[in-house]
Amino acid sequence: MSVITENTAVAGTPPKPAFRINWIRLAPVLYTIGLFVIWEIGVRISGLPHTILPTPTRVFQAIAQYWSPIWKNSLQTLYTTVLGFLIAVAAGLGIGLFIGWSKSIYAGLYPIMVGFNAIPKVALVPILVIWFGIGTVPAVLTAFLISFFPIVVNVATGLATIEPETEDVLRALGAKKLDIMLKVGIPRSMPYFFGSLKVAITLAFVGSVVSETVASNNGLGNMMASAQSNFNVPLVFAGLIMLAIEGIAMYALMAWIEKRMTGWAHRSTMSQ
Amino acid sequence: MPLVSISNVDMRYGGPQGTLAVSGLDMAIERGEFVAVVGPSGCGKSTLMKLVTGLHIPQAGVVTVAGDRVTKPVSIVGMAFQNPTMLPWRTTLDNILLPLEIVERHRHRLRANKKEYVAKAEALLETVGLKGFGDKFPWQLSGGMQQRANLCRALIHEPELLMLDEPFGALDAFTREELWCVIRDLHASQDVTIVLVTHDLRESVFLADTVYVMSARPGRVVAEHRVPFARPRDLSIMYEPAFNEMVQKLHGEIATARAVA
Repeated sequence: MSVITENTAVAGTPPKPAFRINWIRLAPVLYTIGLFVIWEIGVRISGLPHTILPTPTRVFQAIAQYWSPIWKNSLQTLYTTVLGFLIAVAAGLGIGLFIGWSKSIYAGLYPIMVGFNAIPKVALVPILVIWFGIGTVPAVLTAFLISFFPIVVNVATGLATIEPETEDVLRALGAKKLDIMLKVGIPRSMPYFFGSLKVAITLAFVGSVVSETVASNNGLGNMMASAQSNFNVPLVFAGLIMLAIEGIAMYALMAWIEKRMTGWAHRSTMSQ
Repeated sequence: MPLVSISNVDMRYGGPQGTLAVSGLDMAIERGEFVAVVGPSGCGKSTLMKLVTGLHIPQAGVVTVAGDRVTKPVSIVGMAFQNPTMLPWRTTLDNILLPLEIVERHRHRLRANKKEYVAKAEALLETVGLKGFGDKFPWQLSGGMQQRANLCRALIHEPELLMLDEPFGALDAFTREELWCVIRDLHASQDVTIVLVTHDLRESVFLADTVYVMSARPGRVVAEHRVPFARPRDLSIMYEPAFNEMVQKLHGEIATARAVA
C-alpha cells in the first residue's frame, strides 16, 4: 500500500518545466561572467595599476567613453577582415579544386603551399606597403594571405581522398574525370571546405589586425597601437574585447553556415 | 561465343620490374552464366575484376567482352564491392540513379524520362527487399541494407555483366545468406551474367554454375569446376553431403595453392 500512496504522491506533483534551469544553454554566459568576475577580483586584490592590467569595469568604461572611435574602427576591421576572407574563400576554393584535380598537381604544388604558409605574414606587410601604400589594401591582402591556406588544404584533401572503389565503379561506367569531380569530388569536399571556414575567419582577423597595427591609420589594430603609445591601456583592452566579440560572431556565423550546408556530414558521422 | 574471354593474360603493376599480379590467365564466361572465382588472398582476384571492366589493360594477352577487345572501360558492366560506397549526401534512390547520370546512352535521357527511371529503381529496390527505403539516406540503413542498395546501383543501367568483389564479406552470417538468395533470384529473373569474386567457398558453390580456383600470386586458373546442383537451389542444399564434399575439395585445392606459394 505504501508504494501506491507514494506513486500517487509523485503523480500529484507534476513537473514544472518552466522552473527548470537549462545549465548547458546558460553555461557560456555564466562562464564568461565568471571570467570577468575572477579578472576583476584578481586585479583588485593584487593592486595592479590599470596601466598594466585594467579591471574589466575600467575596460567597459573605456568602451563607453570612446564608443565613437571604437565603433568606427571595429567596422573598419570587420570590413577588411571579411573582404580578405571572401577573397580567400574564392581563391582557396579555386586553387583547392585545381590542386585536388590531379595527383601530380597535388604533389608539385603542395610543398610550395606549405613553404608559403610557413612565412610569417607580418613579414609580408612591408612588401605590401611598398606595393599598395598603407591602409585598407594591405590589411585586406594580409587577411586574405593568412586565411586562404586552410581552405586550399581542406578542399584539396576532400578531393584527394575519394574512395578508390567509388572511382572504379564510376570509371567502369565510362565516367570522365570531370564527371567524377562533379558527382563525387566536389560534394565530398564541401564538409571539409565549410569546416575550414571557421579556422579561416579567425585567421583572417589575425592578418587584418597585424597589418593595421603595422601599417594603417585606421582599424582596431591601429587604434590599439596608438592607445598603447599613449599608455591608454584600458582602451587597448577595449580593442581586444571588440576583436573577441567580432571573432565569436563571425565564427558562430561560419558554424551556422557549415551546419546548414552540410548537415548530412554531421548526421552521417553521428549515426556511425 | 563467350561473353567474356580472357586468354593468356599477364598483368604487372608498377613497370617492368613490378609485381606480376596475374600470369597466363585463361577464362571463358558464357552469357547468362554465374561464375565464382575463389583463391588464396592476393591471388589477383581484384585484378581480374579490373581487367574485365577495362579499368586495367593487360600487358600481354587479350580480354574480350561481348566480342570486342577491351581497351577502355566497358560500360555494359555493373560493379559492386565489399564497401557499399554509397554517397552520403544523396538519398538511396539518388544513389541508385547515379550510374544513369554517367552512362552515355542514359545520361541525356535522364532528365526527360526521370519518372520511368525512378519507377525502374523502385522496382529494383522491391526485388532486393528495400521497398519504400528510396528516400532514406544511406547512413540511415544497416550494412546489409546498404549492400542491397549497392546491388541495385550496380544493376540500374541493365548491365549484361555484373562483377561482384566480395560483396558480402563484411556482413553477418544471416544477412549474408539472405543476400545470397537475393542474388540467386536476381540471376534467375534477369538476363545477366555474374562474376563473383569471393573467399567464401560455400557461397561460391551455392551460387555459381562454374567455380574457378586461382593460384597464389602470380594468379592463374588452377582448376575449373562445374557445380552439378540443379536450380533453383535452396539454402538447405548446404547441408547435403555432395555440397560439403565439393566445398571440401575446393578447400583442399586452395590449401595446395597456398602451400605452393
